[in-house]
Amino acid sequence: MAKTIVSPAPHVHSEFSTVRLMRDVLIALAPAVLVSLYFYGWNALLLLVCCVATCMLVQFLIEKYMMKCPVTVMDCSCIVTGVLLALNLPPAAPWWVAVIGSVVAIGIAKMTFGGLGQNVFNPALVGRVFLLISFPVAMTTWTAPQSWFGGVDAFSGATPLALINEGVRNGQTVQEILAANPGLTPAQMLFARAGGSAGEASVIALLIGFVYLLCRKVIKPHIPVAIWVTVAVMTGIFSLCNPAEYTGPLFNLFTGGLMLGSIFMATDYVTSPMTDKGMIIFGVGIGVLTVLIRYFGSYPEGVSFAILIMNLTVPLLNKYCKPVRYGYGRRK
Amino acid sequence: MITFKIGGVHPHDNKIAKEAAIAPLAPPAKVAISMAQHLGAPATPVVAKGDKVLVGQVIGEPSGFISGFVHSSVSGTVAAVEPRADIAGNMVPHVVIDVEGDEWDPAIDRSEAIVKEIKGTREEILDKIKACGIVGMGGATFPTHVKLNPPAGKTAEFLIINGAECEPYVTADDRLMREKPEGIVIGAAIMAKVLGGCKCFICIEENKPEAIAAMQKACSGYPGIEVLKLKKKYPQGGEKQLIDAVTHRQVPSGALPIDTGCVVQNVATSYAVYEAVQKNKPLFERAMTVTGQCVPEPRNFQVRLGTPLSFVLEAAGGVPADAAKFISGGPMMGKAVANMDATTQKGSSCLLLLTEEQTRRKPESNCIRCGKCTDACPMGLEPWLLNKLSRAGGQYEALEENKIFDCIECGCCLYTCPANIPLLDMIRINKAEVMKIIRSRAKK
Repeated sequence: MAKTIVSPAPHVHSEFSTVRLMRDVLIALAPAVLVSLYFYGWNALLLLVCCVATCMLVQFLIEKYMMKCPVTVMDCSCIVTGVLLALNLPPAAPWWVAVIGSVVAIGIAKMTFGGLGQNVFNPALVGRVFLLISFPVAMTTWTAPQSWFGGVDAFSGATPLALINEGVRNGQTVQEILAANPGLTPAQMLFARAGGSAGEASVIALLIGFVYLLCRKVIKPHIPVAIWVTVAVMTGIFSLCNPAEYTGPLFNLFTGGLMLGSIFMATDYVTSPMTDKGMIIFGVGIGVLTVLIRYFGSYPEGVSFAILIMNLTVPLLNKYCKPVRYGYGRRK
Repeated sequence: MITFKIGGVHPHDNKIAKEAAIAPLAPPAKVAISMAQHLGAPATPVVAKGDKVLVGQVIGEPSGFISGFVHSSVSGTVAAVEPRADIAGNMVPHVVIDVEGDEWDPAIDRSEAIVKEIKGTREEILDKIKACGIVGMGGATFPTHVKLNPPAGKTAEFLIINGAECEPYVTADDRLMREKPEGIVIGAAIMAKVLGGCKCFICIEENKPEAIAAMQKACSGYPGIEVLKLKKKYPQGGEKQLIDAVTHRQVPSGALPIDTGCVVQNVATSYAVYEAVQKNKPLFERAMTVTGQCVPEPRNFQVRLGTPLSFVLEAAGGVPADAAKFISGGPMMGKAVANMDATTQKGSSCLLLLTEEQTRRKPESNCIRCGKCTDACPMGLEPWLLNKLSRAGGQYEALEENKIFDCIECGCCLYTCPANIPLLDMIRINKAEVMKIIRSRAKK
């Protein structure tokens, strides 16, 4: 008998660990990454490598030389940030945009608050919004996809939301714009649609990741479902009242990174509420803000801003949305 | 299938000793019987050095309302009455007896015959249960006669017999239900009678199909007793969780189960009540599991109380070289034992051995606010918040506001935390402080 350990219960631990959770998120992102590589080829790969490498390097340098604390690069959370940022970039963006975005995401949005678990905003989204405001041309130049193997039709360059936004401003109706762009049917967008950020290419690929995250108990469905229902209901009401000016539910659900944002960014543990009630309020808030920005804002795309704004409410939601306690009021 | 509503986790059940029948373990050469085997005041020893005792003879008498009788588990000569360290490491009076033969008190009915007919009035039965030193054998060791005698104005609607055995590894209750189902059912009938003829449920988790079948068969002649199959989820055997699962009622914070019309008793307690009332046999031996992947022969023993843990281990094949942690009870709520000379007690359901690999705590990392602890907490608390407030120091008001005193210390939060934060350790320390403050305020 070597030595006897005496420590308090419990004496065993579950299989959950931070590394395992982050690895599961990466696996869930794999289908979307593969689709983006298939559509956009080498440049998408270059952006992915730049983002992930920069995120890891920046975190390593800050932890090692500025914070002088144990280096936690291997917990994979910075890799998740890198992959998410890469999926949020236009596939033809120059590589230095990816590098700057990653430095902002990890260096400013994450490490200045104290590292993993301490940040207020989703780091990848801060990186994206920083780039969107700083380099508007590079961040809104959308290229037609290049298929590596042929067989996929190429579409016009602008994102669907930008097309609609511009068309409506020029006096066209939604129906006219959709008729002029045959690639914008919901079915087309569900499986493979190009034009937009690298990660928006296929809704199905993102939904596969969602199902995987649910099965592995990494996330709960509350936030994404609350966003989807809110967006569907709100856009449904608007488009019924004025179908010429407002796009419908399916179009809004399947475009502009709503799926990517709701499944992978809004569910970020650190910047989302902890209780079911808080999660639902958080999701509804994101849905409402997204629709308002899309319909009435100057940006055609609203998910990133909506999530960042709702990130601010998380401490309050955690404070006021308590879990259902045992023994206070009868259950029936 | 029914289960409790809030929280819970699903640890691997590891019931590796479940096919080993309960084997009687012969008494060792010397036993040391603790006078503090029950919740409440320790019993007062009534024997002195040199006295001869028989198996089942009283050696300790209750010293308060919440206290209990203690009986000798062996026959022989009292060698000493002295303070010793018990399983939890507390110094309490022990009666040390040199074993000579195995001579039982002649009043005990040692036959195999099952006595079905329940005789005696409520008071007579309660006196018998008290005189036989029956306490809750699930681990809390609350004196059974007190629990079966609700305060004036409160009546029991349901008697819940707890056969959930939700702790991983432990199989003593499972084996008892398979081997002695009739006794358990008669014990339940006795307790239901004492409580004024209430409805009785015997609750067993789905991972014990043989026990469920055996108990259902034994219940056939008893219309007021029903077997309930529960979904497997920890901590189902917690009193509050079991009441929620069975009756859909919740024990209000700070109240007792009887306030919801429920009395919960463990299956082993039920069997002990049967033996006490029908066979005149005091509680001096119990079923105990000795298990762990590193144990050469995981077994279930019928052990005499006061047997040193080292002796029990020897019977299961000796101490394995790689055993690093010795746990009295299950892996979720059991106590790590430092001293293997400590002896078995009425609440000792299991001796579990884990290797360093199985039990090592990994280094703590940052909280990622995943909320898994909140989802796992069966009391609906926020362990991450309680941990944060605890570490800030002196935040007792905020801790009280966030119901730290409702924590049942089941360990779900620490079990599930991906960042390996010692949530429960922090909560335990500060819960004690907050309870102290609440008590001193109540006195004023």
